[in-house]
Order: sequence, then C-alpha cells, then structure tokens
Amino acid sequence: MSTVELTLKQQPELYLETEKITPDSFAGKSADEIAALDVYEGNLTHKLGDFFTISGTPGQTAQDTVIKVKGDLLRIKWIGAKMTAGKVIVDSNTDMYTGAFMEGGEIIVNGNTGHFTALGMKGGNIHIKGSAGNYLGAAYRGDWRGMMGGVLRVDGDAGSDVGTFMRGGEIIIGGNTDVHVGTHQEGGKIVVKGNAKSKVGGQMVKGEIIVFGTIDVMMPGFAHRDNIDLEVDGAKATFKRFEGDLGERHPKSKGKVIYGQLYIKA
Amino acid sequence: MTKLITDVVCPFCGTLCDDLEVVVSDDGKELLEVNNACAIGAEKFLHSQAKDRLTRPRMRNEDGSWREVSYDEAAEFTAQMLAKSKKPLMYGWSSTNCESQVVGSHVAELVGGQLDNTATVCHGSTLIAVQDVGVPSCTLGEIKNRADMVVFWGCNPAHAHPRHMSRYSLFPRGFFTAKGHRGRTAVVVDPRPTDSANLADIYLPVEQGRDYELLSALRVAFRNEQLPDVVAGISKEKIYEVAEKMKNARFGCIFFGMGVTHSLSNNHNIDIAIQVTRDLNEFTKWSIMPMRGHYNVTGAGEVWGWQFGFPFCVDLSRGFARYNPGESSSNDLLMREEIDSVFVLGSDPGAHFPFSSVKKMNALPCVVVDPHITPSTVVADLHVPVAFVGVEVGGCAYRMDSVPIESHKVVDAPEGMLTDEEFLKLVLARVKEIKGV
Ligand code: SF4
Repeated sequence: MSTVELTLKQQPELYLETEKITPDSFAGKSADEIAALDVYEGNLTHKLGDFFTISGTPGQTAQDTVIKVKGDLLRIKWIGAKMTAGKVIVDSNTDMYTGAFMEGGEIIVNGNTGHFTALGMKGGNIHIKGSAGNYLGAAYRGDWRGMMGGVLRVDGDAGSDVGTFMRGGEIIIGGNTDVHVGTHQEGGKIVVKGNAKSKVGGQMVKGEIIVFGTIDVMMPGFAHRDNIDLEVDGAKATFKRFEGDLGERHPKSKGKVIYGQLYIKA
Repeated sequence: MTKLITDVVCPFCGTLCDDLEVVVSDDGKELLEVNNACAIGAEKFLHSQAKDRLTRPRMRNEDGSWREVSYDEAAEFTAQMLAKSKKPLMYGWSSTNCESQVVGSHVAELVGGQLDNTATVCHGSTLIAVQDVGVPSCTLGEIKNRADMVVFWGCNPAHAHPRHMSRYSLFPRGFFTAKGHRGRTAVVVDPRPTDSANLADIYLPVEQGRDYELLSALRVAFRNEQLPDVVAGISKEKIYEVAEKMKNARFGCIFFGMGVTHSLSNNHNIDIAIQVTRDLNEFTKWSIMPMRGHYNVTGAGEVWGWQFGFPFCVDLSRGFARYNPGESSSNDLLMREEIDSVFVLGSDPGAHFPFSSVKKMNALPCVVVDPHITPSTVVADLHVPVAFVGVEVGGCAYRMDSVPIESHKVVDAPEGMLTDEEFLKLVLARVKEIKGV
C-alpha cells in the first residue's frame, strides 16, 4: 500500500467539489499529475494543487492506494465519492457527500461529516468517528435506491432521514437520530444504539430497524408480535419485535407476507 | 366614458381566477374599479395605481441613500455582477410570466447560476415528493364538475385562496355536481380551527407535526389492519369512519398547503399523502393537488422542468443542471455562504426568508427587480422597478393545477417603464457581450 498525503493549504472562498479525491483517480499518477486534477468552486474550475499540498505516491491500482486528507475540510464536498477500492482517511470534519455512491474500499473520517454522507452507497466500509448530518445512506433525490450494500458506521449521532429508500447493507449509529429512520426501506439493516425520535419505519416494505433506546412516537402501522433475544453488533439483549408498515404494500414469499421488522430493546 | 374589460386574469394567487372585470378610464391609463376579485386580488390591481410609485431604477450610494439611474445603467450593473460571480443565486420568478422566466433561465445558464423559485419556502417539498413517488392529479375543472368529496389538509383557502372554494372545490354546481356544496363532503385537517374548518362536514384537529402519522393511519385503515386507539390526537373510530367515506366517494380530491409542506416531515407528508391518493384509486377515483401560492410559481417549475429537468433548486454552476434541495436551495446556499451574489425577481425573500438568510443577502451584492418597495429592496444595492405583470403587461401563467392561462394587460405602465422581460433581455444581451458568446 502506498500513501498520498493531501494537506489543505488554501481555504476556498465558497465551497470546493473534490470528487476526484479517490484512490481510483489517484492510482498510477505522479504527485504533479494529482495536483493537476480538476476541482470546482462554483462555476470556476481549479486544480487540486491550488488548494492542497500533495506528498507521497499512490499505488499502481486503487486497491494499493491510501489517501490521507488533512486540514480543516469543512468546505470540501464529495471526498471519496464513487470510489471502488483503496482507502481514504480524513483527518477532520468534512462537508456534504462524503463517500456518496461508494462501491468498495474504505473511508475513515476522524470527525463529523455533513449531509448526504454515503448517499446511494453500494459497497465498502465507512467509519465516521464523529456525527453525520441528514440523509445518511439515503437515496439521491428522486431515486428509489438508497444505500444498497456495504457497512456504514457512525460513532456519534445522525440527523434526519437515515437510510431513506435503503435496500441493502448495514448502518450502525452509536448515538441518537433525528426523525425519519428507514422511510421507504426495502431491505438492509439499520441499528440505532441511542434514541430515535419519531417516524421510524414509515412506508417500510422490508428490512430491519433495531433501536436500543427509545422511540418518542411510534408509527401507527407497526404491530407488536413477540419478544425475542438478538445479538446485535456484539451486544446481546431482548427486543420487542414489531412488524410493519401495515399501511404499505408488501411482497409475498412462499405464500407468506414479508413485513419490515422493527426491534426495540425491551 | 369608461371602458369595461372582461375575462381579466388575476395575477395574485395560484387560483388564477380568469373572470375578473376591470373598469379603466377612457384613455386606458387609469384603472378605476375591479369586480369579481377577492379583496387581495383587487388590491393587487389597485396597488399599481399608487401615485408615489417608483418608475425608475435606483442605485444605493455609499451612505445608504439612493440615486436614480437609467435602465441601461441598471442592466450594466446587473450583468457585471452576475458575470463576475462564481456562484450567483437567481431567486424568485413566481410573480412574473413564463416569458420572463425563459429569458432569466438563459441568463442563469450563461453565468452558471443557482436558479430557485418561491417553491423553496412553499411547495418545494411537494416537488420532491412528486419526484419520489409520482402524482395522480387532475384539473380544477374536473373537481368542480365531478368531486363529491374534498379534503383540505394543512391549508386554509378561506383566507389564502379566497375564491378557490366558490369557484372550484366546495360550492360550485357542475355537470355531475348539480347540488353544489350540499352534494359535497368536506373534510378539513388542521391543528387550528380555521375559517375553512368552520365550513367542513368533518374537522380533524390533528396534533401539530403528526400529519405523517395520521396519513399513515388512513393507509392502515384502507387495508383493514388494526390501529392504535389514538393516532395524532384522532380516535381510531374517527379514522376508520373517514377512511370508509373516502373509499366510498365517487370522485375525491385532497388539497394541501403549507401546514403539511413546511411542518415536521415536510416532503414525507406529501409523499405519503400521494400514496393515500394512490391507495384510494384501488376503490374509486381520487386526485391530489397542492394549493400553490404565488400566481405563477407553478409556471416557474414548468419552464425549468422543460429547460433543465428540475422545477426548483437548479444548480447550473458546472455547466449542466443539477438539483438537490438541502444543498442547492436558497436558504441553505445563503446560510452556508455558498454563493457570492443575489439577484431577485418576482418575489420578496426579505419578507419570506429567515432573518439569518436576509442578513447574508445584505452582506452580498444584491439586485432586486420588483414594482414595489419591499423588505428585499431594503437590502439591495440596486432596485429595478418594473411594470406589473398581469396588469400592465400580459403573458403566460400556470394555475395551481398546471393549466396554462394567458393573462392580459389592462392598463399602460407609467411612461418609460420596462417590463421584467424587457429588462432581462437587456441583461442577457450585456452578459453575452461580457462572456463573448
Ligand atoms: S382567489 Fe386568488 S386568483 Fe382569485 S381573485 Fe382572489 S387572489 Fe385573485
């Protein structure tokens, strides 16, 4: 594995779109070639090297490439978007779309991420040590496919709209969430270690939501079926099992209707 | 002698009434009387007659006072500001005609701007929901002629769209609705007992912020599944009763307003209301329609829909159209300091936006095109007064049900005043020169 280090040397006046900060676009390039990659500030096109100092060399393939991004990255969007392999380590808070549409590899953020983190994620691993904004692992506007695969872990809290239209993969939130968890969910698993406010599992078709804390107001379309013991992310506990959303359409498998599963710690 | 002009279209709210009658002086210069309009509609016409009205652009001096400038100077200033910006916000577009919206779109494309209209603080969440799940809708004419059940959810037409209920939704007698309001069941869902709620057969005082749960409960009831005893402050018996009535209507429509678009759950409220409508079409015929506010906000969405593929929050900065409310929405752009200049036409963000956004507008170069002196013009560097669209110049506008209606000019604008479209064309020509295209 070879490492490239990017350090922010110049804050953009507005915000910078840096979807080229991925192992895929760095692999096999010299530091100069990396510095010449395009980044965007409003309607202007700049070079990555105008804003970052670049040291180290990437690997020959994305898989062999590690990128470390340093500096105050609160005005930087799209880090690690669409990456398929390799590793990105972000050393501060970042803005929107971190790891959006990611297909493989790993992202570690030693800070918070903004809204739309891991939008439409297909695979790979993301670990956010801080908190995430709204629309974590959700679908892009108008798309019916939210997160589809991979593992997305947030140690802190998440905003509203976690996993909207989620269809696969796993989201684990260490803290609390705002309203709307798993709206339109049709697969995959969302774990909330803390509390969820309300609108949990609204319009849910399939998949699982597991809440360790409380839900302020339950959706009316969830019916309590039984209590079961589960092992979730290394912790064993007894959970109340609900099925829903009873107001939503549901597929049948072997003559049985498949509902979304909502577990709340008993 | 005075002249009576009939079939005048009211350029105030999304009801776009087209049966107004206006009395003008013999020379066609003065507007004397407005008939058939509601109080707010009539006021819009009469306001154009204010004697102290501004008729020339004005530029702010260093010390905050204003000086009069020519339209050419105003266009030059606007074009320079837009062409030099990295990310100009071009906001408003709802109280003007489609012709102006088209010219504005061309300018925005050339300068790589952010195009947003008043839906951003109104029915934007509706547009998001429609994109997510589609929309079964109809025209207001169909409602007048067919509907035997109407639901007003989070809207108060008695005050916001004063002639909506008398012209289309509740009182009129139509082809299959000969009994007028006696043949219609009206439901009002609102945390507040409004004047519209007073006219309802069934009033559901939903708990504030729990519309999503109540709409979800209706879907559970349609499927004959079990409900908790109380949802959103409404008993399950009431919910089953209303669900049954809705299933048994001949033709129904859900009208909804900002009580659901801008309360907790925003777009999800509309999303699930659309799914309620879709569920009902398994049993009978139902439609759903947003109560659009500004008279041509629907038109702005239509024009950008056909130009760029998105109805609001259009980001043209990278040379192609992108769209993501939450990022490319005016208030997010302003509060997050993502933009470096503001152009306003056909709306008053100074009055409608949160104060923190207006403060940011104040700090940026800002041009406001508006016939009136407004809270927005207070934070502008350049204020360009223009002719009243729908009063002093005609043009196309889209009613809340997306029906395009051609409005007419009824009086002349004061001598030498430009229209929105004419001013935008001056700006467009200058931007082209600056950009060398
Ligand atoms: S209801 Fe609306 S369109 Fe009709 S007259 Fe009143 S303001 Fe004008």
